[in-house]
Amino acid sequence: MIRWLLLILGGALLGGIVHLASVIILPRTATQDAYARLAPMAPVNSVMALPAPTPEKAVMPFMDPAFASAVCVYDLSKGPLKLTVPVSPAYTSVSFYTRNNVAYYAINDRAAGRRVIELDLMTTAQHEQVPEDEEITAADRLIVESPTPTGIIAIRAMATEPSLIRVAESTVAASRCAAQAEPARPRK
Amino acid sequence: MRLLFGTLFGLAIAAFVGLGLTYYALAHGTSFGGLSIESWTAWPKTGTVDADPYARASIARTGRLPTAMGDGVSFSLKSDDEGKSLDGRCEVVVSGITPVARFWTLTLYNSDGGLVANSTNRYGFTSQEIVRRSDGSFEVVVAPRANSGNWLPTGGVERYELVLRLYDTAVGVSTKAGREVPMPDVATRSCP
Repeated sequence: MIRWLLLILGGALLGGIVHLASVIILPRTATQDAYARLAPMAPVNSVMALPAPTPEKAVMPFMDPAFASAVCVYDLSKGPLKLTVPVSPAYTSVSFYTRNNVAYYAINDRAAGRRVIELDLMTTAQHEQVPEDEEITAADRLIVESPTPTGIIAIRAMATEPSLIRVAESTVAASRCAAQAEPARPRK
Repeated sequence: MRLLFGTLFGLAIAAFVGLGLTYYALAHGTSFGGLSIESWTAWPKTGTVDADPYARASIARTGRLPTAMGDGVSFSLKSDDEGKSLDGRCEVVVSGITPVARFWTLTLYNSDGGLVANSTNRYGFTSQEIVRRSDGSFEVVVAPRANSGNWLPTGGVERYELVLRLYDTAVGVSTKAGREVPMPDVATRSCP
């Protein structure tokens, strides 16, 4: 009797470990996460507009239908990325996600404070390669560090009324996300 | 033989308990650091790099991209102020005011996070298009049949979820539930 109780207790304890391990491993094995959904359809390092969600079809669950959205699935292994997003009349935001769909940075039109949201995306190693003097002269250049070499940038513009969706769509369509023309020079 | 059988029994319990707990936690959206105001709940930390393992697992399982901190906060609602699950066959009234935000949207989703088909193609409201009373408060009627005013159709689905997203807002990780963050009241008015 005691033997069985011990087995049940031991099993339950081990079950706790199984639970924690499975929760931690799950994001790495997920086949239907946002990155896995977007990567096969989106070209790397360029902006792709997402179709508006409808009851029949949506690229991802819980998309906000009041927004026109686009994504840039990026890969920084060849060098940093330059992102340019024009600001729409209502509300525009750019959110950055790691390969595991964790949001690590977001900026909106007001925080950017101008007509165009412009920034450079690079890995920590690439950021260290940027000469310091260059960083000072380009003080208004916003640099974002990506924790993972690959990930997703979500560009979204709000249509405050359904009739304004075309304006929002043209905003996200005018966004650019591309590898930087000249690679960062190594530190002298 | 007894040892082998006992070990298998223990391992079977471990697998059942462990995976069962994981399934339960993810299916019920369990996560730490939730911010509950009245019946609305948000997980501001889920939109940051500090997202806990449960939030990360839930994001991966559903396939969504969470609302990032710095973009906004999203509050979800699955039951009314009396704890009754939202039922698409009933008339539910969402009324009051929202916390301060530059824009907000209120959207209706089915339990899988999809939009619900309806004759008017209305899936939600934005802060700009909603009709307000003279004191700035609003009332949205979430119902299967047409209503005057702000009508959000449910398409008659049994279970749904309302998501209130506040964009460019001060509500976030450091917000405590309290009087400075008013959320709309939710009441089920009539059920067939």
